[in-house]
Amino acid sequence: MLEIENLHATVDGRAILKGLDLAVAPGEVHALMGPNGSGKSTLSYVLSGREGYEVTAGSVRFRGADLLTLEPEERAAAGLFLAFQYPVEISGVTNMTFLKHALNGVRVQRGEEELDAMQFLKLVRQKAKALGMSDDMLKRAVNVGFSGGEKKRNEILQMAVLEPRFAVLDETDSGLDIDAMKIVADGVNALRGPERSMLVITHYQRLLDYIVPDRVHVLAGGRIAQSGGKELALQLEDEGYAAFAGKAAA
Amino acid sequence: MARLAPIGEPAGVSGPPAGDWLTGWRSGPAAGAAGLPGWLGPARAGAAERFAAQGLPDRRVEDWRYTNLSHLAGLELDWTPAPADVAKESLPALVFGRDADCRLVLVNGQVKPALSTVPVLPEGTLLISLADALAAGRPGVADLLKRRVASDCGPLKALNDSWLEDGYVLIVPDGVTVGMPIEILSVGTGGALPPAYQPRNLILAGAGSRVTVVEHHVGLCIGGYFANLVTDVAAGPDAIVRHCKVQDESREAIHVALLNAALDRGAMFDSFCFTLGGRVSRNELRVSLDGPGANCRMNGAYLVGGHQHCDHTTAVDHAAPETHSDQLYKGVLDGRARGVFQGKVTVRQDAQKVEGHQMSRALLLSETAEVNTKPELFIHADDVQCSHGATAGDLDAGALFYLRSRGVPEAQARQLLVEAFLNEAIDAVALAGMRLPLERNVARWMAERPKS
Repeated sequence: MLEIENLHATVDGRAILKGLDLAVAPGEVHALMGPNGSGKSTLSYVLSGREGYEVTAGSVRFRGADLLTLEPEERAAAGLFLAFQYPVEISGVTNMTFLKHALNGVRVQRGEEELDAMQFLKLVRQKAKALGMSDDMLKRAVNVGFSGGEKKRNEILQMAVLEPRFAVLDETDSGLDIDAMKIVADGVNALRGPERSMLVITHYQRLLDYIVPDRVHVLAGGRIAQSGGKELALQLEDEGYAAFAGKAAA
Repeated sequence: MARLAPIGEPAGVSGPPAGDWLTGWRSGPAAGAAGLPGWLGPARAGAAERFAAQGLPDRRVEDWRYTNLSHLAGLELDWTPAPADVAKESLPALVFGRDADCRLVLVNGQVKPALSTVPVLPEGTLLISLADALAAGRPGVADLLKRRVASDCGPLKALNDSWLEDGYVLIVPDGVTVGMPIEILSVGTGGALPPAYQPRNLILAGAGSRVTVVEHHVGLCIGGYFANLVTDVAAGPDAIVRHCKVQDESREAIHVALLNAALDRGAMFDSFCFTLGGRVSRNELRVSLDGPGANCRMNGAYLVGGHQHCDHTTAVDHAAPETHSDQLYKGVLDGRARGVFQGKVTVRQDAQKVEGHQMSRALLLSETAEVNTKPELFIHADDVQCSHGATAGDLDAGALFYLRSRGVPEAQARQLLVEAFLNEAIDAVALAGMRLPLERNVARWMAERPKS
């Protein structure tokens, strides 16, 4: 599904990723953990194609194609999705309008028919209902005046509507209380399937109680410092990231 | 149109332009006013003197600091254009569509009954030409005009005063609500020489009356013309006057419009100006809140590109207590376009419990577009809430990336954000039927704008 090899990336001329290797097979959920500043969010932005994140070496193949040559919207059409750590507020654009442009944007790029207003409305209402979101939230401007939990739920709604093949969840648990986190995790789990992979980026282990990963990786100093099964997350919870400080500097 | 090219920097001395321009202007109706009321001739002559003394404003005139009319002085204009042959079929559709079927059409500033559709309006409401109103000697019209002509409001108004001849007159009697919006279509036709026309419009709204006027300004030519409009509004106690203007003139036209509104107690004036057209355009609103509880709302949205210049100038006089004013102007500028917002708010000494707010926001889509903003607050009372603000910037890069990361192609994402930016101003339009046509215009503008 996704193969990252020897990825080096800089932000404002500063090297953040320094030879990252990671492969995620179809249907797998991987967790990416690590101390603050280790490059977790940088990886998510590099994968989604944000301006200012410059790849200086290495490659990323997504479903067999070179991901890094694609525009952000082309990556979305290819099936990549990033759930933002800080979802953006867009005043003057309703959630409904946003979702419609997104879904039809992806469909048109794939050579599929656009959904008409009725089909679209039906689809979105159904997905929103499953996440416990009201029609009112669909009519409001994108993320404007939303609580932290509502913003994260909104990200999951977008994911549910777009049905990506690969989703990167960047600190989706940050700022959530336990109830909100359960709702978000349920939404994510509902989207798990043999054809869909996920990379769950988190600083803390607790989200992984609800979204149980197949593999856990520790990112330190811009590269994968250790990989293991889900028990690695528990070990990190106990021991912290201190053990990786040396490796990061090495 | 080489004729419309600027002739260079403003002349070193202010004063009337020389040569053909002035000669043509002097041959106008100010010279002879046969068959019209006796007061009109001297009124025009007085105005002509005032204009001649001031000349066209240059940048040293504070009110015109950011809007350069110097190239107007270089134009050879046709001050008395022959009646243009405009076919009804060539007119644009009603802004409101079929629901509203009341439209008065002016061609080069003159009312054209044959092109107009004016049904019987409720309870004595009148929509007529100024020429007819003057010939019929309507007392309310003459009284207001005499007062307004005497007031000094700068050289362009004096120029309009000196030419007082035609325009539209809308009279709504006390207590009457006019349900349907009244649409005024103003057409500029161009010509061998750019025509100059100066309609004078009046809206007289009686006590407790309600009326909505939609002005649509278009050019049926690709060339230029000079439209110098003055509209006088008098709103009686508790009257509600809504004025919505869609300015889609020829891209070579010079459009200068001044609207003077006086509001009695409890009256409301709601103005929305949507600007797309004109090489140089100025929309100036002067609102006087004369009675307690009077309030006005002035909103505008503009979309300009190329070498267009678009000026919104407002002046609100809070002359009475408990008066409110609220202004929001939002513009999108592309290419080498220039935008101007000048907003003056005056609160007089005895005008307590006043609120006055103004905001100007500009979105600059190119590095060569520019906007100048000048707020001025003159507050002489102490129990007052006033605010002003201005922003200018590019599209939010974070929002743009967010949309693209969801699969929205860049051009479409930009269009969506521009529409969202303008929607805030368009949302303020009280007329439900206005939103859609305005939003369609935004979409069309975005689609047609030259790709850089």
